Amino acid sequence: MDYDFYLSTMWSVLKALPLTLEIWFFGIAFGLVIATGLTWLRASGYKSGEYFTRAYVFVFRGSPLLVQLYLIYFGLSQFDFVRHSPILWPILRDPMYCTIVAMALNTAAYESEIFRGALKAVPVGQIEAAKAFGMSAFTRFRIVTLPIALRLALPAYSTEIILMTKATALASVVTIMEMMGTAQKIQHDTFRPIEVLTCAGVIYLLLNLSIARLFAWVEYLLSPHLRPAPDQSQRIKPVPEVL
Amino acid sequence: MEFFSSLLEQMSTAYDLLVAGWGVQLLWGIGWTLAVTTVSMVIGAVLGSLVAAAKLSHLGRLRFLGESYTTVFRGEPELLIIYLFYYGGTQVLTGVARSTGSIGPTDIVNMPSFLGGVLAVGIISGAYQAEVFRGSFLAIHRGELEAARAYGMSAWLRFRLVIMPQVLRLAVPGLGNVWQLTIKDSALISVTGVAELMLTANKAARSTHHSLLFYTVAGILYLVMTSISTPIFDRAERYTSRSFLRPK
Repeated sequence: MDYDFYLSTMWSVLKALPLTLEIWFFGIAFGLVIATGLTWLRASGYKSGEYFTRAYVFVFRGSPLLVQLYLIYFGLSQFDFVRHSPILWPILRDPMYCTIVAMALNTAAYESEIFRGALKAVPVGQIEAAKAFGMSAFTRFRIVTLPIALRLALPAYSTEIILMTKATALASVVTIMEMMGTAQKIQHDTFRPIEVLTCAGVIYLLLNLSIARLFAWVEYLLSPHLRPAPDQSQRIKPVPEVL
Repeated sequence: MEFFSSLLEQMSTAYDLLVAGWGVQLLWGIGWTLAVTTVSMVIGAVLGSLVAAAKLSHLGRLRFLGESYTTVFRGEPELLIIYLFYYGGTQVLTGVARSTGSIGPTDIVNMPSFLGGVLAVGIISGAYQAEVFRGSFLAIHRGELEAARAYGMSAWLRFRLVIMPQVLRLAVPGLGNVWQLTIKDSALISVTGVAELMLTANKAARSTHHSLLFYTVAGILYLVMTSISTPIFDRAERYTSRSFLRPK
């Protein structure tokens, strides 16, 4: 076993972790914004909004992320107006921004479906009760529908976030030197793919396991009402023998 | 007018490129994509049922192995697994060939790209299928298994007559999802050089400089493949659960 090689590879790949996390974070953040918009459009009740959302989800869930990434990175630059636009061109010229855009658009499709399901799963009795209390539509949404829906969406959302971590590896095919790209480079330089990819794999796995842990913890915090009641017999303080 | 004439011109270029040029190759690409997906699904079904059995086993060690398999292969980027099998396979094959002396010390034995890709995607697909099979097994009524045991059926007979038919029926919707996932994963095999749809579109885009056209066509073809499989799996679901439908 060549421990020095493993350690140095591990270290080089770890140095690319911030870049991976950067793609991951911005992809998720923009994705969340788009997904919120899509969910709102779908729930708004306009027929055209529903058709648009359906088409969006169909396109972005039905084709591989790699195709979407290539289409954005290589394809869109063919339009003259994109190349001459002062806003679009700096974004679509940069592989980093392109990856973030592709990931955000892709995850928004999945997330909007998650949110739609969660909104539908809010018990109708709760909403009726809120109406009976005379709450306005906004208050009802803010203190009844939204908290329940967020809690219901959390498990599926955490799965989607883990899929996003895996998707950041695709940035390496458009020349970004994040963890996968770095591992690729070391592997080509040393011709020891099994060792190098194992090192990268361990880091990805630890990353995903900690994300899963984090979400499990948040889920635990948000569902005190679903936990079994604490054992009351333990609560009663024993009376001190000497008064 | 100018707009329409340029549009017409572009459409005729697109027509030339697709019909006269790359159309046939793209169709072959679809064929390869479907071949990769099918073979991967079969590999995944074999591995997935073994892993599901391990995860349901009463032996702690087997359960741990099964858990690790699904955790690792669902938690790693697909690209990494594919590189591991393709380049790692090359490393192993070269090492073996060099040590037996059948090639020179500077030669390389490449992993066959189809084999490497299919193994990688099959193993990923197996991790997802294992979860599907496990879920279906847990959905079988306990009473049926107890009844089978009470009849004195052997483990094999129980598996063949009670467990397997029901697991297959309950697994159809989940397998449909895994199939879609596997189609999309198969696009990643293009990095190893299997001439499936993605790589063909890539080659076409690079050599003609019409990337927008070819990636759009590839995207549409993937959409066609995934949307055709939905009604097929719906049909399979109706067929396998026909004895459970309400009579008309």
